[in-house]
Amino acid sequence: MRGMSPIVRVIARLMAGMLFLYGGYIVLHGHLTPGGGFAGGVLVAAALVLGSLAFGSVESTERSSYVFSSIFESLGGLGFLGLALAGYMAGNMFFNNVRTFFRGQELALVSGGIIPLANIAIGIKVGAGLFAIFLALGASRFVMKE
Amino acid sequence: MVAFLACVLLMLYGLYVVVTKRNLIKIVIGFSLIEYAVNLFFALAGFRPQALAPIVTSLNQPRNFVDPLPQALVLTAIVIGLSTTALMLALAMRIYEKYKTFDIAEIRRLKG
Amino acid sequence: MDSNFLPLFVAVPLAAAFLTPLVSKFWPKLADVIGNAVGAVLLGLSAYGLLYLVTGTESLVYWVGGWRPVPGLPPLGIAMVYDRLSALVVLVTNIVGFCALLYSVRYLDHFTARWKFYTLFMLILAGMNGLLISGDLFNMFVFLEISAIASYALVAFGTEAEELEAGFKYMVLGEVGGAAILFGIALLYAQASTLNLADLGRQLAGIGQTPLFWFAVGTLLLGFAVKMAMVPFHSWLPDAHPSAPAPVSAFLSGVFIKVAGVYAMSRLVFNVFDLSRATAPVFFDLLVGFGLVSIVAGGLLANAQRDYKRLLAYSSISQIGYVLLGLGIGTEWAVIGALFHVAAHGLAKGLLFLGSGAVEMQAGTRDLDRLSGLETKMPATAWSHVLGSLSLAGVPPFAGFFSKLFIVLGAIQARMYWVAVVAVLFSGVTLAYLTKVTHKAFFRRQGTEPTPAREAPGTMVAAMIVLVVLSVLAGLAFQPLVAGVFRPAAEVLLNGLGYARMVLGG
Repeated sequence: MRGMSPIVRVIARLMAGMLFLYGGYIVLHGHLTPGGGFAGGVLVAAALVLGSLAFGSVESTERSSYVFSSIFESLGGLGFLGLALAGYMAGNMFFNNVRTFFRGQELALVSGGIIPLANIAIGIKVGAGLFAIFLALGASRFVMKE
Repeated sequence: MVAFLACVLLMLYGLYVVVTKRNLIKIVIGFSLIEYAVNLFFALAGFRPQALAPIVTSLNQPRNFVDPLPQALVLTAIVIGLSTTALMLALAMRIYEKYKTFDIAEIRRLKG
Repeated sequence: MDSNFLPLFVAVPLAAAFLTPLVSKFWPKLADVIGNAVGAVLLGLSAYGLLYLVTGTESLVYWVGGWRPVPGLPPLGIAMVYDRLSALVVLVTNIVGFCALLYSVRYLDHFTARWKFYTLFMLILAGMNGLLISGDLFNMFVFLEISAIASYALVAFGTEAEELEAGFKYMVLGEVGGAAILFGIALLYAQASTLNLADLGRQLAGIGQTPLFWFAVGTLLLGFAVKMAMVPFHSWLPDAHPSAPAPVSAFLSGVFIKVAGVYAMSRLVFNVFDLSRATAPVFFDLLVGFGLVSIVAGGLLANAQRDYKRLLAYSSISQIGYVLLGLGIGTEWAVIGALFHVAAHGLAKGLLFLGSGAVEMQAGTRDLDRLSGLETKMPATAWSHVLGSLSLAGVPPFAGFFSKLFIVLGAIQARMYWVAVVAVLFSGVTLAYLTKVTHKAFFRRQGTEPTPAREAPGTMVAAMIVLVVLSVLAGLAFQPLVAGVFRPAAEVLLNGLGYARMVLGG
């Protein structure tokens, strides 16, 4: 699979950017509108998959894409746990909503304590994780060399 | 009530697919059917007649919402189902590499 | 303030599971260090927790996020409840987990990708610990699924053909069970509109035992029966447990089927549904029936096996039958016996599986008809295996003897004399096939030369010796253990809705 025709590449370049943006929008507005980390993460992963399919970065960069997404997945998970533990330090309860982060009026974008940060962490983790699943299932010849 | 019965029917059909079909991929699809049917049932359990979607758009809104808790739980359950399906498909792929077939009647090296 | 360590049971292994893939790209050996450090930390936490509870407190309840229940409203928060029963099973889980991790340091030498093993094992530990301390129904389901998915991947870890096949079949059956559990949870939520276990118990007591209630109970029981390999849903276990790497088999047989199946089921049946032998005798007779069938089927089929680990897997089915029997009989001594058997079997079966892994690694085969004379070559493994078999078969003064004794006492107390006879009889059958295994694997000579092997590496032997010592100690010290640990744990179960009073107060 060496990537697809130039028409597909042009459209994919536009669409992947828009998908990424839309996924980020859903992640960031998770405390106001439906969606949040999971749904936004799936869209981010879709953008990455689209880019990978259209540009055919199979033989050369699959391995590094896999390593890259694995690192991001771990960082996302650790970030989420770190936020949960921050509740320990500030409010003496695990996963407490630390009201010093993102203090703002209700229903504004910047509001809601650690919830937007948790959404971002989950978005990174789910996006990277689903992209890694796609790579593992679709290009396992190159990835499973360890 | 009809919706709940439809979910149960879908679940039973998924179970039928898991039990009777011989292709590994079809078994995975059958399991996905069961999973989605259970999630749908759970989300439907929160329905209240004549109620709104549970999104707060202004602070002084009358709060006549459907039950939001099953929706949050089903979100988690969908993700669990997704990762399960992914693992099953990965196992199926590896089995194909070793056994050269997807037919479950042939994949019977373990006996007893 | 003092219940603050409860989230650590979940947070520590989860953090290790996220950290291990990250750091193993730079220092591959760090995975072993992280894994064993987490095992030690969890063991220390659970020992501290149990001692804390034994010396006075009844339970520790922790509301995640600080969402304490407001009087008058249903509880909004997710509760973590650490009572006498959870403390006991958490300790057993972390003991077996610690020994399995210690054993893996050298056992994984003939696998590639060690860090993947440790990541998955951390996930399974996080799931088990989370399930045990969870006070919320859906939280229990999520942790159950986390550990189940990690176990499917671990069973197929060796990626040989048979292991993949076993992993796939285990996965399909296990996940259908998981879907059944989710369906039962949905039905319960539709009736009671709450997920907190304590509040759910109270709401269901108010609603009463409608047919929909029994349908939900049946569906949940079906799901848990798949997870604990109750006959007739046991067909995955004889394929899955032998195919897994030895420390994973030890953990699955010793802990997973009991926690995911028996603990979850008994927590729901006794504390949430508030069923007891007095109010629902048919249900408990059903449990006794299934327990007996498991004992008989597991015992008879174990006798016919040639493969070392497959025989141990069938034995696990049989011993789970004993635990179900004890719970089904429902008198105080029977429940104490069931809980004691959970601990004794966890330690002993874990030990036996670790020994089988050592034999497989050093002698190269698991076929009982081809091994000979290993006692001279692997004395430590052989003698710890002998002691483990004695404990499992119910020989005094080991732990297994007392657990089966209490179950039989409970059966006599409930006037089920024929049940007691079958239990004692199959204890003899257990002794028979375990002796057969020990004899064929270690003590018999065929031909003049013993199978070439060396003693297992130091950490593996150390892990086995820890389990042997604990089995012997649990048997010798049964009197204070029963009075201080097992009887209060059984009382938590038999108190039914006293659980709700303990969590919510009043």
